[in-house]
Amino acid sequence: MYEVIIGLEIHAELLTDSKIWCGCSTRFGADANTQVCPICLGLPGTLPVLNERALELAVKAGLALGCEINRFSKFDRKNYFYPDLPKAYQISQYDLPLCRNGAVEFEANGEIRRVRINRVHLEEEAGKSVHSGDNIMGSEYSLIDYNRGGVPLIEIVTEPDLRSPEEARLFMEKLRTILLYAGVSDCRMEEGSLRVDANISLRPFGETELRERAEVKNLNSFRALQRALEYEVRRQSAILDAGQRVEQDTRHWNDQKGVTISMRSKEDAEDYRYFPDPDLVPVVLTEEQIETWRRELPELPDQKAARFISQYGLPAYDARVLTSSKAMADFFEAAVERFGEPKTVSNWVMVEVQRLVNEAGIEFDALPIGPGDLAGLLELVKRGTISNNVGKEVLEEMFKTGKSAADIVKERGLEQISDTGELEAIVEQVIAENPGPVQDVRDGKEKAIGFLVGQVMKLTKGKANPKMVNELLRQKLTGGA
Amino acid sequence: MELYALPAHALRQMLDRGEISSVELTKSLIERIEAVDGAIGSYLAIRVEEALKEAEEADRRIREQRDVGPLTGIPVSLKDNICTEGTRTTCASRMLENFVPPYDATVVARLKAQGAPILGKLNMDEFAMGSSTETSAFKLTRNPWNLERVPGGSSGGPAAAVAAGATVMALGSDTGGSIRQPAALCGVVGMKPTYGLVSRFGLVAFASSLDQIGPMTKDVKDAALLLSAIAAHDPLDSTSIPGDRADFLAELDRGVEGLVIGLPVEMLGEGVAPEVREAVNAAVGVLEGLGARVEEVSLPHVRYALAAYAVIATAEASSNLGRFDGVRYGFRSREDADVVTMFETTRAQGFGAEVKRRIMLGTYALSAGYYDAYYLKALKVRTLIRRDFEKAFERCHLLVTPTSPTVAFRFGEKADNPVAMYQSDRLTVPANLAGIPAISVPCGVSQDGLPIGLQFMAPALAEPVLFRAAAAYEAAAGWASMRPPLEVK
Ligand SMILES: [Zn+2]
Repeated sequence: MYEVIIGLEIHAELLTDSKIWCGCSTRFGADANTQVCPICLGLPGTLPVLNERALELAVKAGLALGCEINRFSKFDRKNYFYPDLPKAYQISQYDLPLCRNGAVEFEANGEIRRVRINRVHLEEEAGKSVHSGDNIMGSEYSLIDYNRGGVPLIEIVTEPDLRSPEEARLFMEKLRTILLYAGVSDCRMEEGSLRVDANISLRPFGETELRERAEVKNLNSFRALQRALEYEVRRQSAILDAGQRVEQDTRHWNDQKGVTISMRSKEDAEDYRYFPDPDLVPVVLTEEQIETWRRELPELPDQKAARFISQYGLPAYDARVLTSSKAMADFFEAAVERFGEPKTVSNWVMVEVQRLVNEAGIEFDALPIGPGDLAGLLELVKRGTISNNVGKEVLEEMFKTGKSAADIVKERGLEQISDTGELEAIVEQVIAENPGPVQDVRDGKEKAIGFLVGQVMKLTKGKANPKMVNELLRQKLTGGA
Repeated sequence: MELYALPAHALRQMLDRGEISSVELTKSLIERIEAVDGAIGSYLAIRVEEALKEAEEADRRIREQRDVGPLTGIPVSLKDNICTEGTRTTCASRMLENFVPPYDATVVARLKAQGAPILGKLNMDEFAMGSSTETSAFKLTRNPWNLERVPGGSSGGPAAAVAAGATVMALGSDTGGSIRQPAALCGVVGMKPTYGLVSRFGLVAFASSLDQIGPMTKDVKDAALLLSAIAAHDPLDSTSIPGDRADFLAELDRGVEGLVIGLPVEMLGEGVAPEVREAVNAAVGVLEGLGARVEEVSLPHVRYALAAYAVIATAEASSNLGRFDGVRYGFRSREDADVVTMFETTRAQGFGAEVKRRIMLGTYALSAGYYDAYYLKALKVRTLIRRDFEKAFERCHLLVTPTSPTVAFRFGEKADNPVAMYQSDRLTVPANLAGIPAISVPCGVSQDGLPIGLQFMAPALAEPVLFRAAAAYEAAAGWASMRPPLEVK
């Protein structure tokens, strides 16, 4: 057994309308090379001008991650040749990033874990390559789409504070939630607007020095992140068990085969020849500007969870689950505003609504029903018009059809039978048809009453008000309530 | 006098009085180009049809007295590293032989807006790297004063064209003296503005922290006029100085009375040819005679300027020229079996020897393990030089030095000795490192009949006083009227 040491490098595209150095649109999914101009194509003589909105969002991301904001930072060129990098350098930040020294807390196995953020810096995206073969060197041709080139990006670097593949995944889920709350990125891994690379090394427990690490790339989902790291734990453990040292390298995760493959060793590491970009001026931020942006930040997940506990009296567990998605938290609050009873709403949202969302494989913000719809449903349950169980069915129907709870209940005749006369007739019938259980009840065998209630429900197709049925049976068989 | 020999401010009056039209002027220049440029070789492209169309439009504006500016109808030519929409911009390199920019440089857009016809694109050292225009991939440009001599560089084409009357005025670019040195060698006026005064948008970058576009003209007044037309804050250039520009013509006639002019001792001694030194000393005498006080000053770190420049300029160039990889535009090698081969052969075949030398030097200076010793140290030297100037300008309004340590040299004389070639920029490089404005004006002729240039330098944004001193000297010394003895076919 070894201690697992993981650090992450996360890239998130910022939610700006235009690119970082020019006015081109950042919209995802446009036809190839339709959102380009001489500037983002790096044509000779063109110059970059910083998009102020990108700066704002990068600083807000830093603030949301608890970072200090550098009053003075600058842009540097990272030089390397690749066809999708039109200037042959990426404008990035090297020794003076915008944000430093943050921290993120998340829960793993019932314990609050804290991961330090080393830095958050602002940089530009490269274009996107499509190769005819597996990789650029093995391809007959490669096609490049520069639409993405110049989209603003933040790079978030954590300290090596994560201790298991599962923690890495849980941390990423929390990080994603924070960035979504802050409104700085849409964090869509499937569209590449959120990406993560992982550094992982193992060491015997008790050792303090870090050992040789592997950098794992091509992690296209949180699941892939966890699986790839689990694979690395096994691979590196086997090497250490054999008394050998792990070779420091960069590895590619193959999701289908479930293995990581070495791409290049430490010796092949590129020299990026960073130097300050002479086409850009340093970024100087005033205290007032930073404070303005801090004030503009919305309530973040941890703050919201604390408020849910104090304001609605929710258990910590509920508060954490509800705030794990801003859409879910907003939905919860809006439903409570209409219906009241926070704990009842919480149960429905966390369990029933979340189940439907999971089954449909959608995000919470794509939920086809609104908080008012849920409140309407809960009102029917509360009034006894329908039972809790029927309510769950109705919710599913609402989810599928978009109809209101009241309409569905009416159309399908789901109202509980609360009419005493009608119920009495059915109860009489059940008593007449089940002499055995009736005798049991009369003999004091309480359990048998449940059987009789079930028979009534069967005859009424679940529409009988169970409380009333119970009362009626007791009245008739034992003469009391 | 022939039209081609006249400065823009004289042509302005003739245009405004209706004595000539812009079309006539443009045609006469095209004829002049046809007559002399076979021998000089200053043009890479002549925009005959486009320039005449632009001249027609300018004539209409002049006739209707609509938006007539100082340069409306005055043809201007451009160094071929200044992007022109629809007209090839080659940087005198195979790499960009067929590159047609889809945009105008900001300076070009400003000239067009004023109604100045763009006459053509002028030869230069490849990517502005050189001091003789010999590194052009396409042709030699000859010095109109002596066809066996270089015109200087890298703006050799603009300097030769202005000297030969093959244009009224031209724009060059100056990274370490590339406007002033060829201006001195061709006997014309060349001016490098304060860094950030003129937009660099559309200037193909050599060394971004040093590059500035500036005027190359027949006299000082024209330089001030042309600078007025192109200098403005540009939102497309982050390094463009914000706010309005000074009136560069306001002080032209004020004389030098009361000005204190410093003579940096380090820039007059070693390596400066005796007849250059004599001409500069004579010019100092003229300035004193006009009422300026001339004092010796010291710029102790200027002796390291060329070394610091070599590191900073090549480092930036190595990065700026990375984009020429054959992928999107320009030259691409046919040896493209794989992407790395394509990159390597494209750059091996597309760039000339001097460009490759500088890319390699700059790449080395930025490499891991060498960055501190070279690049970082060069930046420190740059700061020290800047402070030297600041200190000198506490005492003086201006500094005066030779522009080039020698007069125009022969073809091939320094082509195989890069270090000797780099020495040509020894006296001009400090102004680029300090970001201050400087101007070269003719101050005499050598025994061989070759022009000598005098350089004035001023504090950042002190262009008005720079033009003031240069104009006063020019008027008193009379060298502005000197023209090369060109035989016309
Ligand atoms: Zn663009």
